[in-house]
Amino acid sequence: MNTTHAIDEGNSTNTGTPGGPSIADLNVGEVVAEQVYALSRDSLVRYAGASGDFNPIHYREDIALAAGLPGVLAHGMLTMGTAIQPVVDWIGDPGKVLDYQVRFTRPVPVDAGYGAIVTVVAKVGAVEGSSARIDLTVTYNEQTVLGKAQVRVTL
Amino acid sequence: MPVNPDLQGRIFPPTDPYLVGREKIREFARAVYATSAINYDPGAARAAGYPDVVAPPTFPVVVQELTLAQLLAEPDAGIDFTRVVHGDQKFSYTRPVVAGDELTATLTVSSIKTLGGNSMITAESTMVDADGQHVVTAISTLVVRGEG
Repeated sequence: MNTTHAIDEGNSTNTGTPGGPSIADLNVGEVVAEQVYALSRDSLVRYAGASGDFNPIHYREDIALAAGLPGVLAHGMLTMGTAIQPVVDWIGDPGKVLDYQVRFTRPVPVDAGYGAIVTVVAKVGAVEGSSARIDLTVTYNEQTVLGKAQVRVTL
Repeated sequence: MPVNPDLQGRIFPPTDPYLVGREKIREFARAVYATSAINYDPGAARAAGYPDVVAPPTFPVVVQELTLAQLLAEPDAGIDFTRVVHGDQKFSYTRPVVAGDELTATLTVSSIKTLGGNSMITAESTMVDADGQHVVTAISTLVVRGEG
Protein backbone atom coordinates (compact mmCIF):
# COMPACT_ATOMS: atom_id res chain seq x y z
CA MET A 1 0.00 0.00 0.00
CA ASN A 2 2.97 2.28 0.67
CA THR A 3 4.02 3.05 -2.89
CA THR A 4 5.57 6.07 -4.51
CA HIS A 5 3.95 7.60 -7.55
CA ALA A 6 6.29 8.52 -10.36
CA ILE A 7 5.63 11.97 -11.79
CA ASP A 8 4.16 10.66 -15.03
CA GLU A 9 2.05 7.89 -13.63
CA GLY A 10 -1.23 9.75 -14.08
CA ASN A 11 -2.24 7.66 -17.07
CA SER A 12 -2.63 4.42 -15.21
CA THR A 13 -6.08 4.00 -13.75
CA ASN A 14 -7.48 2.18 -10.81
CA THR A 15 -10.87 0.59 -11.04
CA GLY A 16 -11.13 0.25 -7.25
CA THR A 17 -12.56 -2.59 -5.25
CA PRO A 18 -15.92 -3.72 -6.63
CA GLY A 19 -18.57 -2.43 -4.25
CA GLY A 20 -15.94 -0.62 -2.18
CA PRO A 21 -15.58 -0.74 1.61
CA SER A 22 -18.67 -1.08 3.77
CA ILE A 23 -19.60 1.28 6.60
CA ALA A 24 -20.21 -1.60 9.01
CA ASP A 25 -16.59 -2.70 8.70
CA LEU A 26 -15.05 0.62 9.76
CA ASN A 27 -13.36 1.14 13.09
CA VAL A 28 -12.56 4.61 14.38
CA GLY A 29 -8.80 5.16 14.37
CA GLU A 30 -8.15 2.50 11.74
CA VAL A 31 -5.77 3.43 8.89
CA VAL A 32 -7.66 2.88 5.64
CA ALA A 33 -5.19 4.29 3.13
CA GLU A 34 -1.60 5.42 2.96
CA GLN A 35 0.42 6.83 0.07
CA VAL A 36 3.69 8.60 -0.64
CA TYR A 37 3.90 11.19 -3.43
CA ALA A 38 7.12 12.44 -4.98
CA LEU A 39 6.33 15.99 -6.09
CA SER A 40 8.71 17.63 -8.53
CA ARG A 41 8.88 20.95 -10.34
CA ASP A 42 7.19 19.13 -13.22
CA SER A 43 4.24 18.39 -10.90
CA LEU A 44 3.95 22.11 -10.12
CA VAL A 45 4.04 23.20 -13.75
CA ARG A 46 1.47 20.56 -14.65
CA TYR A 47 -0.83 21.66 -11.81
CA ALA A 48 -0.42 25.31 -12.79
CA GLY A 49 -1.58 24.50 -16.31
CA ALA A 50 -4.45 22.26 -15.22
CA SER A 51 -5.77 24.63 -12.56
CA GLY A 52 -4.97 28.00 -14.14
CA ASP A 53 -3.02 29.12 -11.05
CA PHE A 54 0.08 30.72 -12.57
CA ASN A 55 1.37 32.47 -9.46
CA PRO A 56 5.14 32.52 -10.22
CA ILE A 57 6.12 31.53 -6.64
CA HIS A 58 5.20 28.02 -7.81
CA TYR A 59 7.80 27.90 -10.58
CA ARG A 60 10.30 30.78 -10.21
CA GLU A 61 12.92 30.54 -7.51
CA ASP A 62 13.96 34.21 -7.82
CA ILE A 63 10.42 35.48 -7.30
CA ALA A 64 9.78 33.05 -4.43
CA LEU A 65 12.97 34.13 -2.64
CA ALA A 66 12.22 37.82 -3.23
CA ALA A 67 8.83 37.25 -1.58
CA GLY A 68 10.62 35.97 1.51
CA LEU A 69 9.75 32.30 0.91
CA PRO A 70 12.21 29.42 1.40
CA GLY A 71 12.02 28.61 -2.32
CA VAL A 72 9.53 27.46 -4.94
CA LEU A 73 6.45 26.12 -3.14
CA ALA A 74 3.86 23.54 -4.15
CA HIS A 75 0.41 25.06 -4.70
CA GLY A 76 -1.60 24.47 -1.51
CA MET A 77 -4.39 23.26 -3.76
CA LEU A 78 -2.05 20.71 -5.37
CA THR A 79 -1.29 19.30 -1.92
CA MET A 80 -5.00 19.34 -1.06
CA GLY A 81 -6.01 17.75 -4.38
CA THR A 82 -3.39 15.02 -4.11
CA ALA A 83 -3.94 14.26 -0.41
CA ILE A 84 -7.50 13.04 -1.00
CA GLN A 85 -6.54 10.57 -3.73
CA PRO A 86 -5.68 7.67 -1.40
CA VAL A 87 -9.19 8.04 0.04
CA VAL A 88 -10.74 8.11 -3.45
CA ASP A 89 -8.82 4.92 -4.31
CA TRP A 90 -9.95 3.26 -1.10
CA ILE A 91 -13.66 4.05 -1.66
CA GLY A 92 -13.23 3.36 -5.38
CA ASP A 93 -15.35 6.32 -6.53
CA PRO A 94 -14.50 10.08 -6.60
CA GLY A 95 -18.24 10.81 -6.65
CA LYS A 96 -18.72 9.50 -3.09
CA VAL A 97 -16.99 12.49 -1.50
CA LEU A 98 -19.57 14.65 0.31
CA ASP A 99 -17.21 17.30 1.58
CA TYR A 100 -13.53 17.93 1.98
CA GLN A 101 -11.75 20.59 3.99
CA VAL A 102 -8.20 21.50 4.95
CA ARG A 103 -6.26 24.26 6.66
CA PHE A 104 -2.96 25.23 5.06
CA THR A 105 -0.54 25.26 7.98
CA ARG A 106 2.95 24.90 6.43
CA PRO A 107 4.33 25.37 2.93
CA VAL A 108 5.84 22.53 0.90
CA PRO A 109 9.09 23.73 -0.73
CA VAL A 110 9.88 21.73 -3.86
CA ASP A 111 13.60 21.47 -4.60
CA ALA A 112 14.60 21.77 -8.26
CA GLY A 113 16.60 18.57 -8.05
CA TYR A 114 15.11 16.43 -5.30
CA GLY A 115 11.52 17.61 -5.36
CA ALA A 116 9.51 16.98 -2.20
CA ILE A 117 8.18 13.79 -0.65
CA VAL A 118 4.67 14.18 0.74
CA THR A 119 3.13 11.40 2.82
CA VAL A 120 -0.60 10.89 3.33
CA VAL A 121 -2.14 8.68 6.02
CA ALA A 122 -5.95 8.39 6.11
CA LYS A 123 -7.72 7.17 9.25
CA VAL A 124 -11.35 6.73 10.16
CA GLY A 125 -12.26 9.77 12.32
CA ALA A 126 -15.95 9.09 12.88
CA VAL A 127 -18.84 7.07 11.51
CA GLU A 128 -22.16 8.92 11.19
CA GLY A 129 -25.04 6.91 9.71
CA SER A 130 -24.16 6.03 6.12
CA SER A 131 -21.23 8.43 6.00
CA ALA A 132 -17.76 8.38 7.49
CA ARG A 133 -15.32 11.14 8.33
CA ILE A 134 -11.81 10.30 7.24
CA ASP A 135 -9.00 12.30 8.82
CA LEU A 136 -5.85 12.89 6.82
CA THR A 137 -2.35 13.36 8.19
CA VAL A 138 -0.28 14.97 5.47
CA THR A 139 3.42 15.41 6.15
CA TYR A 140 6.47 16.83 4.45
CA ASN A 141 9.88 16.58 6.12
CA GLU A 142 8.23 14.95 9.16
CA GLN A 143 5.98 17.98 9.78
CA THR A 144 2.27 18.18 9.03
CA VAL A 145 1.45 20.63 6.24
CA LEU A 146 -2.34 20.46 6.38
CA GLY A 147 -4.42 20.95 9.52
CA LYS A 148 -7.95 19.69 10.17
CA ALA A 149 -7.82 17.78 6.88
CA GLN A 150 -11.13 15.93 6.81
CA VAL A 151 -13.04 14.11 4.10
CA ARG A 152 -16.65 13.06 4.54
CA VAL A 153 -17.60 10.14 2.32
CA THR A 154 -20.74 8.15 1.72
CA LEU A 155 -20.34 4.39 1.53
CA MET B 1 -5.37 50.28 2.88
CA PRO B 2 -7.17 47.80 5.16
CA VAL B 3 -9.78 45.38 3.85
CA ASN B 4 -13.15 47.12 3.62
CA PRO B 5 -15.43 45.71 6.38
CA ASP B 6 -18.48 46.67 4.29
CA LEU B 7 -17.65 43.70 2.03
CA GLN B 8 -19.24 41.39 4.59
CA GLY B 9 -22.50 40.07 3.20
CA ARG B 10 -21.82 41.31 -0.32
CA ILE B 11 -23.10 39.03 -3.09
CA PHE B 12 -21.42 39.28 -6.49
CA PRO B 13 -23.09 38.80 -9.90
CA PRO B 14 -23.08 35.15 -11.12
CA THR B 15 -20.16 34.21 -13.37
CA ASP B 16 -20.69 33.22 -16.99
CA PRO B 17 -21.46 29.49 -17.23
CA TYR B 18 -18.34 27.28 -17.16
CA LEU B 19 -18.66 24.21 -19.38
CA VAL B 20 -16.84 21.30 -17.73
CA GLY B 21 -14.96 19.42 -20.46
CA ARG B 22 -13.98 15.75 -20.36
CA GLU B 23 -10.39 16.49 -21.35
CA LYS B 24 -10.16 19.24 -18.72
CA ILE B 25 -11.24 16.74 -16.07
CA ARG B 26 -8.62 14.27 -17.30
CA GLU B 27 -5.93 16.98 -17.32
CA PHE B 28 -6.83 18.08 -13.79
CA ALA B 29 -7.03 14.46 -12.60
CA ARG B 30 -3.51 13.75 -13.89
CA ALA B 31 -2.22 16.90 -12.16
CA VAL B 32 -3.50 15.74 -8.73
CA TYR B 33 -2.27 12.14 -9.13
CA ALA B 34 -5.79 10.73 -9.44
CA THR B 35 -5.87 7.09 -10.49
CA SER B 36 -9.59 6.24 -10.36
CA ALA B 37 -10.87 5.08 -13.77
CA ILE B 38 -14.06 7.08 -13.05
CA ASN B 39 -12.00 10.27 -13.54
CA TYR B 40 -10.75 9.19 -16.97
CA ASP B 41 -12.94 6.58 -18.63
CA PRO B 42 -16.54 7.43 -19.60
CA GLY B 43 -17.35 3.68 -19.67
CA ALA B 44 -16.16 3.21 -16.09
CA ALA B 45 -18.05 6.36 -15.05
CA ARG B 46 -21.28 5.13 -16.68
CA ALA B 47 -20.85 1.72 -15.06
CA ALA B 48 -20.70 3.54 -11.70
CA GLY B 49 -23.94 5.41 -12.53
CA TYR B 50 -22.59 8.76 -13.81
CA PRO B 51 -23.39 10.30 -17.19
CA ASP B 52 -19.69 11.00 -17.94
CA VAL B 53 -16.29 11.19 -16.25
CA VAL B 54 -16.37 12.58 -12.68
CA ALA B 55 -14.11 15.48 -11.68
CA PRO B 56 -11.68 15.08 -8.76
CA PRO B 57 -13.05 16.54 -5.50
CA THR B 58 -10.96 19.73 -5.69
CA PHE B 59 -11.72 20.48 -9.37
CA PRO B 60 -14.30 23.21 -8.55
CA VAL B 61 -11.37 25.43 -7.57
CA VAL B 62 -11.05 26.15 -11.30
CA VAL B 63 -14.50 27.74 -11.30
CA GLN B 64 -14.09 29.26 -7.85
CA GLU B 65 -11.03 31.09 -9.16
CA LEU B 66 -13.31 33.10 -11.47
CA THR B 67 -15.25 34.36 -8.45
CA LEU B 68 -12.16 35.16 -6.39
CA ALA B 69 -10.93 37.24 -9.34
CA GLN B 70 -14.17 39.25 -9.02
CA LEU B 71 -13.46 39.83 -5.33
CA LEU B 72 -9.86 40.94 -5.86
CA ALA B 73 -10.94 43.27 -8.68
CA GLU B 74 -13.69 44.94 -6.60
CA PRO B 75 -12.68 48.62 -6.54
CA ASP B 76 -13.59 49.29 -2.90
CA ALA B 77 -12.36 45.94 -1.49
CA GLY B 78 -8.92 47.15 -0.43
CA ILE B 79 -7.38 43.71 -0.95
CA ASP B 80 -3.69 43.77 -1.86
CA PHE B 81 -3.28 40.57 -3.89
CA THR B 82 0.43 40.29 -3.03
CA ARG B 83 -0.46 40.00 0.69
CA VAL B 84 -3.09 37.30 0.32
CA VAL B 85 -2.40 33.86 1.81
CA HIS B 86 -4.78 30.91 1.43
CA GLY B 87 -5.85 29.92 4.95
CA ASP B 88 -8.57 27.27 4.66
CA GLN B 89 -10.41 25.57 1.87
CA LYS B 90 -13.57 23.49 1.83
CA PHE B 91 -15.80 21.87 -0.79
CA SER B 92 -19.34 20.79 0.10
CA TYR B 93 -21.11 18.66 -2.48
CA THR B 94 -24.74 18.03 -3.29
CA ARG B 95 -23.62 15.88 -6.22
CA PRO B 96 -20.30 15.29 -8.03
CA VAL B 97 -19.20 17.45 -10.97
CA VAL B 98 -19.29 15.50 -14.25
CA ALA B 99 -18.16 16.32 -17.78
CA GLY B 100 -20.87 18.25 -19.59
CA ASP B 101 -21.94 20.24 -16.54
CA GLU B 102 -22.44 23.95 -17.04
CA LEU B 103 -21.57 25.54 -13.73
CA THR B 104 -22.49 29.07 -12.71
CA ALA B 105 -20.85 30.39 -9.55
CA THR B 106 -22.07 33.11 -7.22
CA LEU B 107 -19.72 34.57 -4.65
CA THR B 108 -20.84 35.70 -1.22
CA VAL B 109 -18.44 37.31 1.23
CA SER B 110 -19.73 35.59 4.35
CA SER B 111 -17.39 37.16 6.86
CA ILE B 112 -14.58 39.66 7.36
CA LYS B 113 -12.61 39.49 10.58
CA THR B 114 -9.61 41.43 11.74
CA LEU B 115 -7.11 39.62 13.91
CA GLY B 116 -4.00 41.50 14.94
CA GLY B 117 -3.03 43.41 11.81
CA ASN B 118 -4.41 40.70 9.53
CA SER B 119 -7.81 40.43 7.88
CA MET B 120 -9.55 37.11 7.34
CA ILE B 121 -12.03 36.97 4.49
CA THR B 122 -14.39 34.02 4.14
CA ALA B 123 -15.60 33.73 0.56
CA GLU B 124 -18.30 31.23 -0.42
CA SER B 125 -18.74 30.36 -4.08
CA THR B 126 -22.01 28.53 -4.68
CA MET B 127 -22.14 26.57 -7.94
CA VAL B 128 -25.32 25.52 -9.66
CA ASP B 129 -25.88 23.54 -12.87
CA ALA B 130 -27.75 24.59 -16.02
CA ASP B 131 -31.06 23.77 -14.27
CA GLY B 132 -30.16 26.00 -11.34
CA GLN B 133 -29.70 23.01 -9.03
CA HIS B 134 -26.94 23.15 -6.42
CA VAL B 135 -23.83 21.09 -7.21
CA VAL B 136 -21.06 22.25 -4.88
CA THR B 137 -20.06 25.16 -2.68
CA ALA B 138 -16.38 26.10 -2.44
CA ILE B 139 -15.41 28.07 0.67
CA SER B 140 -12.06 29.79 1.05
CA THR B 141 -10.63 31.71 3.94
CA LEU B 142 -8.12 34.23 2.68
CA VAL B 143 -5.72 35.88 5.07
CA VAL B 144 -4.62 39.36 4.06
CA ARG B 145 -1.43 40.13 5.95
CA GLY B 146 -1.24 43.58 7.47
CA GLU B 147 1.46 45.98 6.41
CA GLY B 148 4.68 46.19 8.39
